[in-house]
Amino acid sequence: MRSIIFAFVVVALSVSGCRKKPDPVVPLTPIDTGGINVNDGHLQIVFENMVGSQPLQLNGPSYTNEAGNAFTVSAYKYYISNIKLWRADSTYFTETESYHLINEGLASSKSFLMHDVPLDDYTAITFMIGVDYDRNTTGAQTGALDPANAMFWDWNTGYIMAKIEGTSPGIPSGISFHMGGFEGKDAVMRIVTLQFPEDAKVNGIKTPGVHIKSDVLEWFKTPNLINFNTNNIITSAGPEAAKMADNYADMFTVSHVEN
Amino acid sequence: MKKARTEKTGMLRKAMILVTGIFLFVAACRKDPSITGGDIVNGEEDITFVVPQGWPAPIYNFQNNTLSNEGFELGRKLFYETRLSRDNSTSCGTCHQAFAAFAHADHGVSHGIDNRLGTRNSPPIFNLNWHPSFFWDGGVNHIESQPINPIQNPLEMDETIDNVVNKLKGDETYKAMFKNAFGDETVNSQRIFKALAQFMGMMVSANAKYDKYKRGEAGGEMTATELRGLNVFTNKCADCHKEPLFSDFSMRNNGLPSTAVNDSGRGHITHAIADLYKFKVPSLRNLKYTYPYMHDGRFTTLQQVLDYYTTSAHNSGTVDPLIGANGIALSAQDKGDLIEFLNTLNDESFVKDKRFHEVQ
Repeated sequence: MRSIIFAFVVVALSVSGCRKKPDPVVPLTPIDTGGINVNDGHLQIVFENMVGSQPLQLNGPSYTNEAGNAFTVSAYKYYISNIKLWRADSTYFTETESYHLINEGLASSKSFLMHDVPLDDYTAITFMIGVDYDRNTTGAQTGALDPANAMFWDWNTGYIMAKIEGTSPGIPSGISFHMGGFEGKDAVMRIVTLQFPEDAKVNGIKTPGVHIKSDVLEWFKTPNLINFNTNNIITSAGPEAAKMADNYADMFTVSHVEN
Repeated sequence: MKKARTEKTGMLRKAMILVTGIFLFVAACRKDPSITGGDIVNGEEDITFVVPQGWPAPIYNFQNNTLSNEGFELGRKLFYETRLSRDNSTSCGTCHQAFAAFAHADHGVSHGIDNRLGTRNSPPIFNLNWHPSFFWDGGVNHIESQPINPIQNPLEMDETIDNVVNKLKGDETYKAMFKNAFGDETVNSQRIFKALAQFMGMMVSANAKYDKYKRGEAGGEMTATELRGLNVFTNKCADCHKEPLFSDFSMRNNGLPSTAVNDSGRGHITHAIADLYKFKVPSLRNLKYTYPYMHDGRFTTLQQVLDYYTTSAHNSGTVDPLIGANGIALSAQDKGDLIEFLNTLNDESFVKDKRFHEVQ
C-alpha cells in the first residue's frame, strides 16, 4: 500500500514538474497589504496637466514661464511608478507592477485604475516621478516600460523619466527637456507624497477617484529659475537635468477626491 | 530476518518506481522538435548554456529569460531578419557575419541602410554573457537592451521598435514561433529582445587551440614560438586583455590619434573629461576573423597594431598609464612571437558552428 502511494506521488511529481514554464516576462513584487485582507477594491487616479491655473493644451496657446519666456508645449509625458496608498494608521498598500506612463497627448493614459486595493480609507499617496534603478538595469521590459513608447535612451541605457517639448520665440530648435539619469547624484527620479484633502474610501461599491494636478510652470520656477534663452535643451543625464528634477519634484497637488 | 528482507524488497521496489518516475519525468519534459516553428539543426540536442571550464561565472545567465530551443530558434530567426531595418534590407547578421566571428569582415566602420556609414567598427559577438556593458563606449548596460541601439540608430537600421513589432506581429511563422517560445502568439519588444539575448548569449567561443592547451586536451600542443608569444602577452598585454576572456572590459584610452570624426568614446556617455577618448578593451579572441582592428577599424593587420603600440602614444590627457607616453616596448622578435600566440586564440569551431548560422 505504501508503495502504491509512493508510486502515485512519484508520478504526480513527474507530471507537475513538466508544467509549462511561466512566461518569463517581469517578476512580480509581492503585495504589501499592511496586514489587511485583500479584496478586489479599486481606486482611480486621474492626472490633470496644467499650466498655472489653465489646463494644458498641446500645440495651443502661448504660455509664459517665471523668467518671462513665452512658450508652447507640443509634448508632455512622465512616468509615475511605485505607488503606495497610506492609511491613517501609517500602514500602506503597494501597487503591484506599478509603472504608468502619463502622456498628455493620449487621453486614455491620463487616468488608470488601481486593482486589488484592500477595502479601507486612504489618506495619502506616495509615488516616484520616473522609473526606479532596478528597471533601468535589468534588460527588456514591457507594458508602460516598453521601449516602443520612445521614452528610452538606446545609446546610453535608461528611461526618459519625464519630457517636455515645445516652441519658444527666438529659439529655432524649440525647447526640449528630456529628463534621464537613474544613478548617482544626478539621478532625476523624485519621490512625492501628497495628503488627500479628504479620505479616499475604497468600499467595494463605488470607486473613488483621486485627481492629481501637475503644473508645467513648476519645471522652470523653483529652486532653479530656467531661462530658455540660456537653457532650452537637455537630452542627457547630468547636473542640469538633476536641477530641473528638483524643480518638478513639487509640481503635483491633489485637487480633490471623488468618493 | 524475514521482516528485514521484506523491507529490503520494499526499498528495491521503491527505488525501481523512483527510477521509472524519473525516466517518465525526463521523457515527458523532452521538447518535441516537431512543434517548433524554426528548423532545429541539432534536433535531438537541447540548447544548453555551459560555462567553460576555469571561467568566471557569467554576468548574464538568462535570469528572467528561461533558455529554450524555441526561444533560441526565434532569436536566430530575428538575428537574420531584415525587417528589423526601416527599408527591410539589413539584419543584425548583415554587419555581424558568422564567418567573421560576428564582426563585419574588412569593414572599418559599420555600413547602415541607404549606404550610410557609422563611425565605429562593428564589434564581434561572442562570450557576451560575461560583458558588463555593451558598445565601444559601454553605454548600454544589459544584453537585452543592446539591440535597441542599432535598430534605432539612423546610421544603421533606422527603424522604430514600434514598427518592428507591427511588421512581425501579422506574420504566421512568427506567431507560431512566439507561441512556442513564450506560450502565446503575442509579439512584443520584450519577447524580441529576450529571444535575441538567448541566441546571442549562447554564442560562446572557448575552443581555440589555447583553450585546449589550458585544459590539457589533444590539439593544444603549443610550439616554442607560441609559448614565447604567450610569455610576451603575459608580461605586456594581459593587464587589459585579461584571461580567459582576453579583456577586462574596462574603458581605456590607448592613445590613438584622433581622426576627423574626433570620437570622444566613453566621454560621449559620461560627459566627464577623465573619460575622453576611452573605449572598451576588446577581446583578443578570434582576431583572424574580425579584422580590421581598433574602435574605428583603422588597422588591417596585427603587425600594424603592434607597430602602433611600440610608437609613442598620442597624449590627449587621458592616455592609459599602462601605455604611457612611450608606448609598449616590444622587439621585432616579440612581435612575431606575439602574433603566433594570438593565432592560437582563433576558434574555428565557433565560426563554423551551424547553430549560429542563418537557416537556409
